[in-house]
Amino acid sequence: MRHIISLLMENEAGALSRVAGLFSARAYNIESLTVAPTEDATLSRMTIVTVGSEDVIEQITKQLNKLVDVIKVMDLTEGSHIERELMLVKVKAVGLGREEMKRTADIFRGRIIDVTDSTYTIELTGAGSKLDAFLQAIDPAFIIETVRTGASGIGRGERSLKI
Amino acid sequence: MEATGAEIVVRCLAEEGVEFVFGYPGGAVLNIYDEIFKQNKFKHVLVRHEQAAVHAADAYARATGRVGVALVTSGPGVTNAVTGIATAYMDSIPIVVVTGQVPTPAIGLDAFQEVDTVGITRPCVKHNFLVKDVKDLAATMKKAFIIAATGRPGPVVVDVPKDVTAHLTEFVYPATVEMRSYNPVVKGHSGQMKRAVQMLLEAKRPMIYAGGGVVLGNASPQLAELTRLLGFPITNTLMGLGGHPATDRQNLGMLGMHGTYEANMAMQHCDVLLAVGARFDDRVIGNPAHFAREQRRIIHIDVDPSSISKRVKVDVPIVGDVQSVLTDMLELLKLAKEKPDAAAQNSWWTQIELWRSKNCLKYNQSGAIIKPQYVVEKLWEVTKGDAYITSDVGQHQMWAAQYYKFDKPRRWINSGGLGTMGVGLPYAMGVQLAFPDAQVACITGESSIQMCIQELSTCKQYRIPVKVVTLNNRYMGMVRQWQEFFYGSRYAESYMESLPDFVKLAEAYGHVGMRIDKPEDVEAALKEAFSPALKERLVFMDFQTDQTENVFPMVEGGKGLSEMILAEEL
Ligand SMILES: Cc1cc2nc3c(=O)[nH]c(=O)nc-3n(C[C@H](O)[C@H](O)[C@H](O)COP(=O)(O)OP(=O)(O)OC[C@H]3O[C@@H](n4cnc5c(N)ncnc54)[C@H](O)[C@@H]3O)c2cc1C
Ligand SMILES: Cc1ncc(C[n+]2csc(CCOP(=O)(O)OP(=O)(O)O)c2C)c(N)n1
Ligand SMILES: [Mg+2]
Repeated sequence: MRHIISLLMENEAGALSRVAGLFSARAYNIESLTVAPTEDATLSRMTIVTVGSEDVIEQITKQLNKLVDVIKVMDLTEGSHIERELMLVKVKAVGLGREEMKRTADIFRGRIIDVTDSTYTIELTGAGSKLDAFLQAIDPAFIIETVRTGASGIGRGERSLKI
Repeated sequence: MEATGAEIVVRCLAEEGVEFVFGYPGGAVLNIYDEIFKQNKFKHVLVRHEQAAVHAADAYARATGRVGVALVTSGPGVTNAVTGIATAYMDSIPIVVVTGQVPTPAIGLDAFQEVDTVGITRPCVKHNFLVKDVKDLAATMKKAFIIAATGRPGPVVVDVPKDVTAHLTEFVYPATVEMRSYNPVVKGHSGQMKRAVQMLLEAKRPMIYAGGGVVLGNASPQLAELTRLLGFPITNTLMGLGGHPATDRQNLGMLGMHGTYEANMAMQHCDVLLAVGARFDDRVIGNPAHFAREQRRIIHIDVDPSSISKRVKVDVPIVGDVQSVLTDMLELLKLAKEKPDAAAQNSWWTQIELWRSKNCLKYNQSGAIIKPQYVVEKLWEVTKGDAYITSDVGQHQMWAAQYYKFDKPRRWINSGGLGTMGVGLPYAMGVQLAFPDAQVACITGESSIQMCIQELSTCKQYRIPVKVVTLNNRYMGMVRQWQEFFYGSRYAESYMESLPDFVKLAEAYGHVGMRIDKPEDVEAALKEAFSPALKERLVFMDFQTDQTENVFPMVEGGKGLSEMILAEEL
């Protein structure tokens, strides 16, 4: 099953490589991993999307907790949560297709953030599946370039990951 | 008062009460060596290869329970040390390894003798640090010692660039350092412990399976009391040997791939299993699917949650320190009104005695060739079962484990998890330095001993009088055994040709050498080696043993625990 795991760790050099190294050494999957400092600059918050059986996910959370730099781990999938990803897509926008592209972007609540005679760059946020759906809705021949951040996640309501 | 980084390293070690630093100098650590030269708080032991420095520090830790310390230079010093660090990591041994690094401005420029130490060692340490600022040095050293020794112990590397060892700062050694991200659990969960005690009291066919965690956590007295109180059978892993006395009637011996028939059968057929500081290794339970075929309820005490339900699902996990948890469980047990079911226990013990009567470790010392098992048994007799035994890796290691009956913890010093050939001699050095008056023997093979043979020179320099017991079968016996069983006796590269004359070799290093060819000379040789006349000398005994002897019982890879090959079946 797909799990989205959030963790707080010391914002120290090498912290990211400890997590990445753990995943590769133990042959766990990483679908995406995002990391950035929090409002407290001594802390980094990481979101990892991974796939595995319940046993594997249990080991992943235990192994993450075991890393000396890791302060807290939360499997967001265990409760209700919100997940967002940002995507930038550069597409060809010429002739009839130009108007069509704008319409599709609007439908997906995308914003055009850069324009030239022949291209649009569209910004989209949402769950990964929405970004996938957008890519499926446009003609692949128009896509020049895509870049995605990977998912960030947060618990709903009172549920929070804090120290 | 201000101190340089080098002085700080040395003073931190002194503050920690370190007795020995095992090391080898080089450019990046010269400032530190200069400070070592000026002090007399601890003794530096100059090994002949950095791998041995780490092994010796590791053995010091295994034998004393204190943190072992090694010091190596950057680049090749570090890469040589990696085998030692990984060996300690796999067996959860607390050591601190201080490594030199190129100066901070040179890091990343492929500088002379630069390696990414933090990167190379990351997968085989509990934690590591690169100290970029001398102001962080003392606190980092403190953290290193705390992390190495607490929770599930393990090696910690502190990488110190050369310029940092020259920089000045105020030296204050903190009494402790808080780490918000590191708080190992000590006390067990009371509800879980109650459930566990209840389950133990209900057991019809109970079994206690005790591992290295009992030794690491100094919980032998509590384990012994629990075992006596319950009257249950107990088995030890390779790493747990000595954690419960081998000569105790309730002890069924080691279990696993080369475990006893009775221990493996009881493990397979028990209905309640109490696992204490043991990690259900693949060498211990055989094929997990086969193990899971029998219904049993499992209680697992371990300080590391990731050891629990990793390979085998458990019913009652108890995260905590063994000593604390066992103490609390004893308390609960004494308060309980119920007693273990006596009738059930009786029939279970009858069954166990039947298994035991197979006498699976019997061997036959007749004929003119020395049986390796015989040497180990005689060694046990001659040393009155009271020696520290280190071993290398191979058949001799298994015979040492099977035939030297360890009654005390921290007497059996070997590499279980990584299975590193070459540890035996440096291990013996670390132990003998810690206990100068103790009997220390290294049981080894003619192949393993050659992997760190250079340490005979260190032993000469520091007058380390260990006794080397080489079971010389002219084969990488453990490899040969697998080739005999599973590869149609095609002995690909598992012979040992052109062996040195070990007697002359020992003498060349300034030690005493003996070669023993006949069974009738075994005992006399051992007695002589351990006699007062040779108390101060390293004695290298080269026992010419049966070339084709195999280790039994044996559970083949992929087979179930109860599907052992026994000696008599061949
Ligand atoms: C050639 C060869 C053959 C082998 N054959 C066998 C064999 O037949 N049988 C066998 O048993 N082994 C065998 N081994 C060894 C095997 O590979 C493992 O090293 C060993 O079984 C692991 O022992 P353990 O489970 O006691 O765990 P250890 O590696 O000793 O781990 C200790 C466990 O205790 C926990 N712990 C540590 N401190 C504490 C504490 N204070 N409180 C609570 N928990 C703590 C740790 O978290 C860990 O889970 C063999 C090795 C070699 C090289
Ligand atoms: C460093 C290292 N290389 C290879 C091995 C694989 N190995 C395990 S046992 C063994 C043979 C050991 O031979 P010896 O020391 O003579 O002991 P014996 O089995 O003959 O008693 C080998 C090569 C290992 N464990 N460690
Ligand atoms: Mg051999």
